[in-house]
Amino acid sequence: MSLREPDADTRRSWFSTMLRIRAFEDRIQELFMSGAIGGTTHLCQGQEAVSVGSIGSMEPGDVQTNTYRGHGEALALGMASETAFAELMGKATGGSGGVGGSMHLIDFSKGNIGANAIVGAGMPIALGAAVGFQMQQRPNVALSFFGDGAINIGTFHEALNMASLWQAPVVFIITNNLYGEYSPISSTTSGGPDLARRADPYGMPGVSVDGQDIDAVHAAVSAAVERARGGGGPSLLEMKTYRYRGHSRSDPARYRPAGELEAWKERDPIDILGRRLAVEGILSAEAQLGLRAAIQAEIDGAAERATAAPYPTLEETSSYVYAD
Amino acid sequence: MSTLTEPALVAVPAAGAAGTVELTYRDAINAALRDSMTDDVRVLLMGEDVGADGGVFKTNSGLIEDFGPARIRNTPICENAFVGVALGMSLVGLRPVVEIMFADFLPTAGDAIVNQLPKYRFMSGGQCSVPVTIRVIGGGTGQFGTQHSATYESWFGHLPGLRVATAATPGSAYSLLRAAIAHDNPVIVYEHKALYGRKGPVTRGEVAEIGKAQVLRTGSDVTILASMLMVERSLAAAETLAADGIAAEVIDLRWVRPIDLPTIRASVERTGRLVVAEEQVHAGGWGATVISELTMGGVAWRSAPRRVSLPDDYPVPYSPPLETLIVPSAAGIAAAARSAVGL
Ligand SMILES: Cc1ncc(C[n+]2csc(CCOP(=O)(O)OP(=O)(O)O)c2C)c(N)n1
Ligand SMILES: [Mg+2]
Repeated sequence: MSLREPDADTRRSWFSTMLRIRAFEDRIQELFMSGAIGGTTHLCQGQEAVSVGSIGSMEPGDVQTNTYRGHGEALALGMASETAFAELMGKATGGSGGVGGSMHLIDFSKGNIGANAIVGAGMPIALGAAVGFQMQQRPNVALSFFGDGAINIGTFHEALNMASLWQAPVVFIITNNLYGEYSPISSTTSGGPDLARRADPYGMPGVSVDGQDIDAVHAAVSAAVERARGGGGPSLLEMKTYRYRGHSRSDPARYRPAGELEAWKERDPIDILGRRLAVEGILSAEAQLGLRAAIQAEIDGAAERATAAPYPTLEETSSYVYAD
Repeated sequence: MSTLTEPALVAVPAAGAAGTVELTYRDAINAALRDSMTDDVRVLLMGEDVGADGGVFKTNSGLIEDFGPARIRNTPICENAFVGVALGMSLVGLRPVVEIMFADFLPTAGDAIVNQLPKYRFMSGGQCSVPVTIRVIGGGTGQFGTQHSATYESWFGHLPGLRVATAATPGSAYSLLRAAIAHDNPVIVYEHKALYGRKGPVTRGEVAEIGKAQVLRTGSDVTILASMLMVERSLAAAETLAADGIAAEVIDLRWVRPIDLPTIRASVERTGRLVVAEEQVHAGGWGATVISELTMGGVAWRSAPRRVSLPDDYPVPYSPPLETLIVPSAAGIAAAARSAVGL
């Protein structure tokens, strides 16, 4: 297989998907702040290019694991926004029937085999799927999305070691948004700011990527995915990005230095692609405005329908506990 | 060795005013940490994001400012390793307090908690002591979803060498934590995240007795034994029962290891009836142990003991109405008590 350049349609659809994720997350923020949804949520505004560009490299049958900050991946994999809203509202029509919630947007039919609320839990699981593909001689690849904070827990190192040892078709993707919960990576992570270097001791390629540039994200992940699919083994990719909101609903992100958020917003991933598509004559500024309005309307409708949906019952959901 | 016992380089504030004050559960924990660290330079707090902005649950407000980043030590995300680090610190004379952000993450520190802390002294033939405190935040009702809502308060009740406490009130939150820190063995202290805003009397300087339950309301008809959030709900149940003419005695379990069987037994010998109110699966938990121990000890039950607990076969769900349904309510506890007295 050779690296395919994404065509105009593909990049237009990336743009729509990023807009959908942004509008979804903004609405979720409103719903949480107004108390319409309780509990907590972890939003990914600012990180959309990482989710959409990476998932754009997946083929049918490929799988990925992500985290509690996984709405972007879930929507990029094609979960309907209504299904995602319903899950966050705990409704029966949610992706997990309402029992999972914000941290667990999961859809096996779309290759989304896990959204985990335990830091570090997803990497071995993705590796296991990849080793499974290898043993079954399936031409598939597993991706694992996790945060910069997750590279300090044992499972990261243990998974990378096994992945390299077994040359498994897995791509580890660090969504480096510079912070754990409240901690800047410099206060928790040794070895300097380039996290891709953590690939070196495990003998796999490690690449740092501009996570705000979806074309760069897609090119890097596609290369790693092709390599894995071709039997070339695992890779570690570091996406340098930023989360616009605090860690979770209750976090006003007071630990950020003044001006940092604004500087990152100057490099907004949606704007970067939007400008490029306009210049390249693929999607005019006007058409982009129309698209924004259409997606906003879609999100409004989806949120409304999810709000009207029923809650699940214990009886309906009790079959989720054990397989028969 | 001397560096270990020298005061930190920061100015340590004087302990808060002695005497009884009204504090929130959250501030009671803050006060216990502050007073313990002020009284004893060997005490430190360690965990993920413990310093910035008062910590994730705001229990640590002002501590990093007052005690500095060496004693309010921020760690990477690596529970098993930093609990192990705490053990190592304790072996050379420190008294670390480790914060585990959610009880659901205790298993990621599983080896340190199960194989290291409780057994370290034992396997050395008593050559060392392990004064490590683990503060852990548990409990449902917050819609945090299935990987962030457990108490798991009984899980580590199976480990000789360990002490396990649960805090139901601001007063207990303070005195239990102080007891844990002062104790020469590893102690896990459970906090419930639904209780942080609750207010109550706190006696600064009070150190709870290890293994002592607390009778919070006396009554002669039925004993209700509860922990953490279930204590509040049991007290509310006792109020409604009183209106029906049923006098319920409410006991705050406080210690899962050791369980205060003498206090519980004395109560049950008067009432002859028991309801255990647990925010956990019943089987294998402290409630089942209490019923078993009392029965084996020959208690003459006037009616069969009752339990109100999480479902046997259903994890804590996210969906708000389902979560509300499965976590025992005051009404559910009252109903069990009524049934125990035959009404
Ligand atoms: C094992 C474990 N420890 C701690 C936590 C609490 N926690 C949730 S997210 C988080 C920070 C993770 O940071 P990072 O990996 O950078 O991901 P981000 O939140 O930035 O997406 C922490 C400490 C957890 N969920 N699991
Ligand atoms: Mg991060």
